[in-house]
Amino acid sequence: MARMESAQVPLAVRVPSSASAVPPTTAPLRHSALVRVTHWITTLSFLALLVTGAEIVISHPRFYWGETGNVLTPALFQIPIPASRHLVQTGYGYVLPDQNGWSRYLHFQAAWVAVLTGLLYVISMLFTGHLQKDLLPDKSDLSWRSFSTTIASHLRFARPSEAEAWSYNLLQRLSYLFVIIILFPFVIWTGLAMSPAFVSAFPATVNLLGGQQSARTLHFFVSLALLLFLLVHVVMIFVAGFKSRMRAMITGRAGTHLERT
Amino acid sequence: MSDSLSRKLSRRKLIVRGLAATAGVAGLGVAAHIAQKYGLVPPDHGGIYGLGETLTYASQRLLTRHSMAREFSKSQISKRPLANEIEPPGDEFKRLQAGRFADWRLYVDGMVAHPTSFSVDQLQSFPSRTQITMLQCEEGWSYIAEWNGVPLSHVLDLAGALPQARYVFYFSIEPDTWESIDMADALHPQTLLTYGMNGDELPVGHGGPLRLRVPRQVGYKNVKFINHITVTDNLGGYGKGLGSASADAGYAWYAGI
Repeated sequence: MARMESAQVPLAVRVPSSASAVPPTTAPLRHSALVRVTHWITTLSFLALLVTGAEIVISHPRFYWGETGNVLTPALFQIPIPASRHLVQTGYGYVLPDQNGWSRYLHFQAAWVAVLTGLLYVISMLFTGHLQKDLLPDKSDLSWRSFSTTIASHLRFARPSEAEAWSYNLLQRLSYLFVIIILFPFVIWTGLAMSPAFVSAFPATVNLLGGQQSARTLHFFVSLALLLFLLVHVVMIFVAGFKSRMRAMITGRAGTHLERT
Repeated sequence: MSDSLSRKLSRRKLIVRGLAATAGVAGLGVAAHIAQKYGLVPPDHGGIYGLGETLTYASQRLLTRHSMAREFSKSQISKRPLANEIEPPGDEFKRLQAGRFADWRLYVDGMVAHPTSFSVDQLQSFPSRTQITMLQCEEGWSYIAEWNGVPLSHVLDLAGALPQARYVFYFSIEPDTWESIDMADALHPQTLLTYGMNGDELPVGHGGPLRLRVPRQVGYKNVKFINHITVTDNLGGYGKGLGSASADAGYAWYAGI
């Protein structure tokens, strides 16, 4: 099956079942159905993980390094927010309501959804060519010149060129790869390393991190890095054109083609 | 593409999809049956969080049935173990405490050949186990201590737990404080009825005279002031039937994570 009809549209990964329904005059899909579906499921589960993760942190906004830590031991740092437990001295005169029950339930459920969706995405991209075509940078792009050009245009908040409506630019590729290969695996690892049952079967997962409290602290920082990615990602979507980028990720059709009509 | 061809194709597609869907549903049914049979379904599998909870419990049971909680060296014992807050003790507890817990009884009943009870002294005369493990609260804090006690499995053996037993309930003398664990945890060698901590008797703040330590689950499964154990093959009959006061209060029944 010819996936690439022309060099101009290198990203067209068509969904076979919908191919016959699309009139020949329509431009190929910007994002495949699989990318779109996994993107939005990941979005929802990540937001659930963020909110519930914050709720769980509120019950003990102190962080430690090593194996153990509690209110009787010095903290590595404490987030200056009110807590949902009397135990923690926060300097606020009140205690927030306990939300840990549903937060833990939803956190782990959303983690399962995110992990299974991520697995589907990663396994499928090895077969669809999404990795090579969309994520791995071209060799020619890996030069200081193209690097500095991309960064400069980002710093100017320049609207992306038309080509970028069809393809990820270098910085996009590198940051998406960083999130997929480094941040997500690390947030899963540090999360599992906090589970007493999981580490009973795989003690190295927590020992390598320097202890259970270290795992918790690292989990927090990796989550912050993912939150930072989310914020930059959303800002970039506004810079590039909110309507067209959202349309591309929802319907699969690229914006530029439709904007001209 | 001619109309008849596309119709034929769509019919074939329909049949294939129908078969796939049927196989999927049948597969799920078989999976659910196997999961039930091997005890991979937690009592709180219903509701909106049931899917995640079942996946967590099933996968951890498959991975950790016999694994041992990490044990630490003496030098890693926390100098300041945190007892956490406890409710003010009731009159019954105060009376027993005044008698130095000499009259404390642990009742063992349910699906056992010989319902019985033990004093703390009797429990201390049984083969004991000492282990340095971590207690971690679901809130995020933790400490390491040396715990000394009798394996729950030994007490269950003495009472003659029946082969059809699937869960063990354990109750605190304080009201509305009860939990249950499956047999994988109940018979696990590190699951202790602890009466000693850091070389001394178990302080009241830490659950003395008797606390159940399940080191592969987080803090709230480690109930203080245990005076009653019930062996059962189902989790109905107490509270909302979710197996623990925590689950009734919106927390997960299984707390291995």
